[in-house]
Amino acid sequence: MIAVVDYGAGNLTSVLKGIRAAGGNPAVTAVPEDLVDAAGVVIPGVGHFAATRALDPRMRQALLAFAAGGRPVLGICLGLQFLFEGSTEAPGVRGLGLLRGECTLLPSLPGLKVPHVGWNSLAVRGPSALLDGLGDGAQVYFTHSYAAPVTDATVATTEHGIPFAAAVERGNVFGVQFHPEKSSEAGLRVLRSFVQISKFPDFQISKSC
Amino acid sequence: MLSRRLIACLDVRNGSVVKGVQFADLADAGDPAALARRYNSEGIDELVILDVTATIENRRALQETLRKVSAELFIPLAVGGGIRSEADAAAALDAGADKVALNSAALEDPSLLTRLASRYGSQAVITAIDAKLGHAGTYEVFARSGRSATQREAVEWAREAADRGAGEILLTSIDRDGTRSGFDCTLTAAVSGAVSIPVIASGGAGSFEHFYDVFTQGSADAALAASVFHFSEHAVGELKGYLRERGVPVRL
Repeated sequence: MIAVVDYGAGNLTSVLKGIRAAGGNPAVTAVPEDLVDAAGVVIPGVGHFAATRALDPRMRQALLAFAAGGRPVLGICLGLQFLFEGSTEAPGVRGLGLLRGECTLLPSLPGLKVPHVGWNSLAVRGPSALLDGLGDGAQVYFTHSYAAPVTDATVATTEHGIPFAAAVERGNVFGVQFHPEKSSEAGLRVLRSFVQISKFPDFQISKSC
Repeated sequence: MLSRRLIACLDVRNGSVVKGVQFADLADAGDPAALARRYNSEGIDELVILDVTATIENRRALQETLRKVSAELFIPLAVGGGIRSEADAAAALDAGADKVALNSAALEDPSLLTRLASRYGSQAVITAIDAKLGHAGTYEVFARSGRSATQREAVEWAREAADRGAGEILLTSIDRDGTRSGFDCTLTAAVSGAVSIPVIASGGAGSFEHFYDVFTQGSADAALAASVFHFSEHAVGELKGYLRERGVPVRL
């Protein structure tokens, strides 16, 4: 079972459908107890960084414990940003801090609109379990205004005014700024990889050490 | 680089796809789920389902149509027509839509945009604007499928909609809709230049050149069409090839 964390923001229909299509068995959860039996956790999310404040403080601890236990976590869109320490969108609201850095607003430049909405290409930076099989330049669907910084956890970047972290991966912690459930075949491939990583965590742990 | 999007519109009435000429004379063009599958395999970037008669007949967009269309679809899906309340939007999103487009209801109660944006995020909220060139040279906004003049000006309403939380503007030229004489690039450029959110141009697509024009002169972020895509199985791929050759970034 893959637990999909519900913090009351946005609609989970598409994420659930995508995980099912990728061979996973998703279950929506808002209580920490549900994470006990989960093979993996997906933190979806749309909207404002402050929406994560609605998360039960116990759930926050449970997510950190889950990640510390080595099982895979995937943040999608705002969920990726939540993996970091915080965001200038909501100063004072703490992220999970599983990855270092702070998310910031994409720059407004002539001819470039913010929010960044639509299909854009990935520049893959190196080997990645999550992006396995995705070619450099693969196009995926984004819709966001804030973005995570490029750090050593970044496995793919995308450019919209500046390069930002389109996909991150550190051990069992994964994130994508794009919406894999809306990114056609390229997105389904990412979800399939995450489902496989969840089914075979030992494989993943040995790979990350 | 961010690609310009091609969006296929399925005008649906009573569960089947129809295509209007200036919002009247509807002629049948197919099963929505079958068309959606075809477009997806042809490489369309996004789909819009418009329940063209919903507002007039005061019906909600058909949940069943949405379920069938979204079942095998992994690209963004928007729905418009008959979204009049938070409950209507919730029903459409639950049935598989990613975005809801509001037109008449947003004009009557603009705060609905803000309420939906705070509940679902701005990315789920499209303001659909139907505009017509007036005698004074400005574009007037019409409600209720082009039947009711609102005395609001398109650029000013687009700005307000964006300020209130809309994430995209779906801008239809009533003058051009169904004529296949080209998008209204003047209208599109005026609105696109006035807001920071993406503008989807609609109404008038008839040739590949029309898309090139609206992406360049019109500064459109996306272009929507119906019949251009309905009647040829090669249109999407060929159009993308045409645009790419001319320097317009597209997803291939």
